[in-house]
Amino acid sequence: MALKLTDYRTPVFVDWCPGCGDFGILSAVQMALVDLQLPPSKVAIFSGIGCHAKLPHFVNTYGIHTLHGRTLPFAIGAKLANPELEVIAVGGDGDGLGIGAGHFVNTGRRNVDMTYLIHDNGVYGLTKGQASPTLKLGLRTKSLPKPNINEGINPIALALAAGYTFIARSYAYDVRHLKETIKKAIQHHGMSVVIIQQPCPTYNDINTKEWYGGEDRIDPATGKPVPRLYKLEERGYDGVVRKPEEAFSKTVSALTKAQEWGDKIPMGVFYQNELVPTYQERISKRILTYLENPPAKQAISDSSGRPITSIEKMLEELKVTG
Amino acid sequence: MIKVVRDEFVWMAGGAQGSGVDSAANIFGRACCYGGLHVYGKREYHSNIKGLHSYFHIRVSKNEVIADVDHVDLLCTFDAESVVRHIWEVALGGGIICDSEVLGTRIFDIPTWPKPFIDEFRKTLDEKGINPVTVGDLLNEVKKNNVRTFAIPYMDLLKEVAKEIGEEKLSKLTRMINVLALGASFGLVGFDKAYVEKAIKMIFGEKPKIISMNILALSKAYDYAQQKFSDFGFKLETVQTDEKRIFLQGTQAAALGKLVGGCRLQTYYPITPAADESEYIEENEVLQLEKSEIKQSGGSIIVVQTEDEIAAINMASGAALTGTRAATATSGPGFSLMVEGLGWAGNNEVPVVITYYQRGAPSTGLPTRHGQNDLRFALHASHGEFPRIILCSGDIEECFYDAARAFNYAERYQTPVIHLIDKAIANSNRSYSMFDPSSVKIERGQLLTEAEVKGKEYKRFQFTESGISPRLPLGTPGVVFWNTGDEHDESGHISEEPMMRTRMFDKRMRKLETADKEIPVQERVNFFGDADASATVVSWGSPKGAVLEAVERLRQEGYKMNFLQVRMPHPLPKEYVAEVLGKAKKKVIVEGNYAAQLAGIIREQTGIAMDYFVLKWNGRPMSSDEVYEALKLIMLEKAPKRQVLTHGT
Repeated sequence: MALKLTDYRTPVFVDWCPGCGDFGILSAVQMALVDLQLPPSKVAIFSGIGCHAKLPHFVNTYGIHTLHGRTLPFAIGAKLANPELEVIAVGGDGDGLGIGAGHFVNTGRRNVDMTYLIHDNGVYGLTKGQASPTLKLGLRTKSLPKPNINEGINPIALALAAGYTFIARSYAYDVRHLKETIKKAIQHHGMSVVIIQQPCPTYNDINTKEWYGGEDRIDPATGKPVPRLYKLEERGYDGVVRKPEEAFSKTVSALTKAQEWGDKIPMGVFYQNELVPTYQERISKRILTYLENPPAKQAISDSSGRPITSIEKMLEELKVTG
Repeated sequence: MIKVVRDEFVWMAGGAQGSGVDSAANIFGRACCYGGLHVYGKREYHSNIKGLHSYFHIRVSKNEVIADVDHVDLLCTFDAESVVRHIWEVALGGGIICDSEVLGTRIFDIPTWPKPFIDEFRKTLDEKGINPVTVGDLLNEVKKNNVRTFAIPYMDLLKEVAKEIGEEKLSKLTRMINVLALGASFGLVGFDKAYVEKAIKMIFGEKPKIISMNILALSKAYDYAQQKFSDFGFKLETVQTDEKRIFLQGTQAAALGKLVGGCRLQTYYPITPAADESEYIEENEVLQLEKSEIKQSGGSIIVVQTEDEIAAINMASGAALTGTRAATATSGPGFSLMVEGLGWAGNNEVPVVITYYQRGAPSTGLPTRHGQNDLRFALHASHGEFPRIILCSGDIEECFYDAARAFNYAERYQTPVIHLIDKAIANSNRSYSMFDPSSVKIERGQLLTEAEVKGKEYKRFQFTESGISPRLPLGTPGVVFWNTGDEHDESGHISEEPMMRTRMFDKRMRKLETADKEIPVQERVNFFGDADASATVVSWGSPKGAVLEAVERLRQEGYKMNFLQVRMPHPLPKEYVAEVLGKAKKKVIVEGNYAAQLAGIIREQTGIAMDYFVLKWNGRPMSSDEVYEALKLIMLEKAPKRQVLTHGT
């Protein structure tokens, strides 16, 4: 029987603020799982700490709510131990790009075949609205005592530099686009990251739904707002690397596109390269039975509890007499 | 108990780091082992890659060697600094091998002296009323103690080697000074050269050219020493043995224990002295499997070098959730970073194992030196309270069995296990009778299978009397569960309700009581010596060997003594400890830290205070000599309540 949206819901009350972008992200995640017909027990969703981090409790899959900034190491540990799992890590902008920035960068180097969704709203919501690492210099969202003294980092450019092989941006209120982007990210063969722009109706009074929608800029010809977000795929942009020699030029195009912000904010896939071997493939080259019999599947003792790992060869190398 | 004999020989190799002290010592140790002797080797080195002083102190005997001693019978040096540094350690009738060229070196011109050493050294000279200018002068001074100098012309011998192999550049051969010094050592004591050649072949592996060059250099120095100095008082004779023995260091033993114990994912961030363990595992990542009824396509362990220790512990926890036996290995600074992750694992009842190699602390402390200062830290690390189990190995062999057992405790009680080792064990090497992997048992606790939960509601944190909730590997088909670092309900969803908090907290903590009830005392302590004793020594970790030997020496002098080695300080088998200490006439704690951490824990748990404290924190392991001296003073009623040990260079 086909899996339905209700199969991915839990009875836990969703306690985000009314109007929070997280609702859109939750729906998109559940819809993507329905579209891909992934059995709940095959999926593990890991989260960090912050508003985003409650997401796994609302999805009927394995849900592991970890520590601030640490969602990636936990998720990687599970995926390497059991590569059959469909692992989705979710993080926040403060969580993933502030306290967890070291893991963000080093995860790019590994190219583990899994998905990372970053909820990016420019503020630390759960601690009442401090500036996050993506908030731009000089902005003063409503609970900041002074304007932001730091420049905001560019997560797309950072992901490119770090080596992520699928880099996309989407928008919490464009649930269809977000769902499709998440599906592509899950299906990508390698490490994917999706930066999800998400208004925080409670603490970010600058990058609001209206701001993203361009309601402050009415086209005199049509009388309609000119949205700030636009879709890369609708402008003929193609970030997919199909031959090794394209990797450099596609990286440059993606980096160029990543600079756009403010009046024009691109959404969609900036860069995708499935020619890079995944971490699992790299392990498999050294350990031929890894994928067939990964750590989580290995028997370590016989039925009587006798260990079945033989260290005889290693002891032989250490042997000095007898 | 192990018999103590003086029928033994102590050798030391000293030189600048990067000049082959370790390989010389490995060859020396292995060659002695091949010759049927028992070996205990202690390694000391600076936090430096090349140039600063390092040494290896090796004690060999016909009988088992369990500890290090203070003296040296033959000091084998590669440079001037090693002569000066260790000259006072050479025993009466001993010898010093040095390069002929260092005899004229002016002592105070050696560029690598740290000021505290030089100040101390000048003081010693003043006390002795001597004023040597050169290394040669200094060597003349110890002649009074019947300590002989064996000056070897390293460069001349190298030139001969160069000529014979047709190598024009002498600089390419200076790496072999260590082998020349080794050759001279074995020549002096008349040890069978065939065993040394065998050791060289083992150490240099698949490099036939290097092997033949080294064997040539060895023979040159060996013959030179035999011809020139035929009357050195020590002879090192081989012993026939059929016993199967291995020669290994602590990090290797722990790695082997983990593999037998079923560890299948290990994470680490490079740190001294823990990293050796992970590298050794990675070298052996494809596992051999015993024949059994289990059919599977081959075993392996994944070793991940992470970006930091925060990632290391959390990645190990992530893997452990899937039912994989997972571990990480680190030292003090790394464990400091792991603390938050440790709390998460405790709160989510994750069976993760942390192998913790202590070194001189706090902060960076003494990165390459010994310390036994982190018992309290291991016990209390993390905000909040949760059950944990702490295991402390006392020697290399215990590291093997404890490393395997750690996973059983972790899985049975679904909680982090911290396996404390220390630098003195990690970097020492010792010969042992062959380990017995077949004596290791794998106990996975309440680990459910797919069939057992099929069609049933599953609650990860189900309330039970023992506090242990049956565990299910993440990824098991047909079921899901949740985890969170927040307080949670039985399903693993966040709950801040006060009743739930009280019950869930109590459920977790109850596991410690269950563990305390179930784990037999024999797995938690070792007891040696007389039942009815006039003094009871208590210790943990690497002082084990030194204490055993010191106690045995005193027993041979007629004192009735016993020794309680605590292997599981948490949960402490408190009734047993209280019973032993209740009978003790003099209670003595011996441990390598300032605050007497174990003594404090024992007092907290049993109400019993120690009478005497023997403590050390100078970055060097305890020698059996200094422990003996301290205990002897106590037996003679001449000791202060607190004695601080300071031996070691």
